[in-house]
Amino acid sequence: MTWYLVRRIGQAIAVVIGVMILTFILVHLEPGSTAKAVLGLKATPARIALFDNTYGLNRPLPVQFWLYCVHVVHGNFGISYVAGQPVSTLIAQRLPRDAVLLGLSTLVALIIGVPMGLYQAIHHGTVRDDVIAGTWFTFYSAPDFMEALLLIAIFSVHFHWFQPAFPGGITSVGGIFADPSALVLPVVVLAINSVAGFSQYMRSSAIEELAQDYIRTARAKGLGERLILTRHLLRNALLPIVTILGLSLPDIVAGAVIAEAIFNFPGMGLLFWQSALAHDFPVMLGATLIIGIATVVGNLAADVTYGVLDPRIRHAVA
Amino acid sequence: MQSPDGTTVVTPLGVPAGGEIAGAPASRNLVLDDFLRNKRAIGGCIVVLLLVLFCFVGPLIYHVNLTNVNLDLENLPPGPGHPLGTDEYGIDILGRLMQGGQSSLELGFAVAIASTVIGSLYGAISGMIGGVVDALLMRIVDTLLAVPTFILLLICASMFSLNLATIILLLTVLSWPYVCRLVRAQVLSLRTREFVQASTAMGSTRTRILFRHMVPNTFNIFIVTATFAVADAIYALSALSFLGLGPPPPFADWGTMLTNGVNDLFDSYPWEVYPALIVLVVTVLAFRQIGDALNDISSARSSVR
Repeated sequence: MTWYLVRRIGQAIAVVIGVMILTFILVHLEPGSTAKAVLGLKATPARIALFDNTYGLNRPLPVQFWLYCVHVVHGNFGISYVAGQPVSTLIAQRLPRDAVLLGLSTLVALIIGVPMGLYQAIHHGTVRDDVIAGTWFTFYSAPDFMEALLLIAIFSVHFHWFQPAFPGGITSVGGIFADPSALVLPVVVLAINSVAGFSQYMRSSAIEELAQDYIRTARAKGLGERLILTRHLLRNALLPIVTILGLSLPDIVAGAVIAEAIFNFPGMGLLFWQSALAHDFPVMLGATLIIGIATVVGNLAADVTYGVLDPRIRHAVA
Repeated sequence: MQSPDGTTVVTPLGVPAGGEIAGAPASRNLVLDDFLRNKRAIGGCIVVLLLVLFCFVGPLIYHVNLTNVNLDLENLPPGPGHPLGTDEYGIDILGRLMQGGQSSLELGFAVAIASTVIGSLYGAISGMIGGVVDALLMRIVDTLLAVPTFILLLICASMFSLNLATIILLLTVLSWPYVCRLVRAQVLSLRTREFVQASTAMGSTRTRILFRHMVPNTFNIFIVTATFAVADAIYALSALSFLGLGPPPPFADWGTMLTNGVNDLFDSYPWEVYPALIVLVVTVLAFRQIGDALNDISSARSSVR
């Protein structure tokens, strides 16, 4: 296990460095110079030279990359061209709100998806299973914004039950709770996409476990079906879900960009979208770095948790 | 059974002439048989065919103004002359659907083919070479997989000016790593099989093994991922256009038509939202169905073997 952990962490560090190289390359692909972008097109050559000197932009590329790494480690992601604020401040304001949104929607998705996958597995091969699988396949395949538009059409335009969007100008983290009815639709949209994945993985994992000997043993010794399902099947079938949780992070983030753009949710996704429209590169690259590191850490955590939860894995790799 | 001079040799009790036992037909035909018998696959293919006809043959029959803004005709509900109504510039929705579909389908097929070819070759070569080179090549792939494709797409869309060609290039660059992972895993398992070892023992070069044994044996992965890649690429373009970051006009695709979706719903112009939404969902679903069916067929085949 220790050796496996060391190797796995080594790989993760390599990928984090890779993500930093990638964002560094992207910074330098940016058309035009950073100095002109910050100082404006009318900047004099002297001011540009001063700017380049101050920020080390006239140094050799390897030195610049080293400086970039040092800045990132110190939490300095540069200054937003548009807001004029440090990127780290902008991101720090929004990350907790995303934790709320993504946490809530993932929780809802698990509460619906896990029992549904289990139900499908128990009834697999029947019409009920096919209908549920077909429905989720449609939701899973359909673009994220389709669900958002349909939900708005039904619940905001027709029934006026929920707010279709958040009001602008929310500054505090708690501001997103000011009107809880605005929070419903974004959470539901993000949850729908995750439920599809969770329930189908849960289904195939449970079908596999149902065929195992220990289930037959439990039945043979006369254990009640309810106990077999909750005590024996659920625990084992849940294992792959842990991995899926870690691996689905990039999809969840991408979905969040679209959902936040539609519902005007003041999180990282909305910030990212607005920065993309305004060509605000420092914000985009800072956010990308955070998302990339979060993905790597998520995958690592999923792998390690899996090893801790499943002794078979632990012994196989030790 | 045909004899060398072309006449049919009738043998008693159906025993083949020469007494040989008829071999199993080539596996490619078996896969094709399974495919033709699979209702989902056939259904998906029919839908895709209809879509191609709709987008590429449709405009030849249905002539309509798609270039000039005509504010007299703005936001007309479906009716005579405009079967699906008009949008906020007075442009016919049915005509735009066909035009938008062309770019979506072209992009989907181009990206699918390019990214699966590049991904397969990269994965196969990396898996064949192994060792430090493989580890290095795979960390590059891991890096590209660590950042969500859509995020990188948004950055590039914001950085460069886009047209159909550049967006095909961009999506290809961003989507090959997924194929690469799958193909490499397959190559790693193939490398230890007897027929590859036999080929090595007979003195085959690495290049020969790569193209003679590895590439044909990863074909099922290739075809499944390519089908999913069509759906993913069409979806990515529509999401990009939906967010207002797609190629500028006159480029049009289904996502562009949905950019004002929420406002259109509130202004009660539902005909400006639903047609594009339905066509988009049907397209993506059709390709995913085919991919899913192909996946079932190829995994059933390999488990039988």
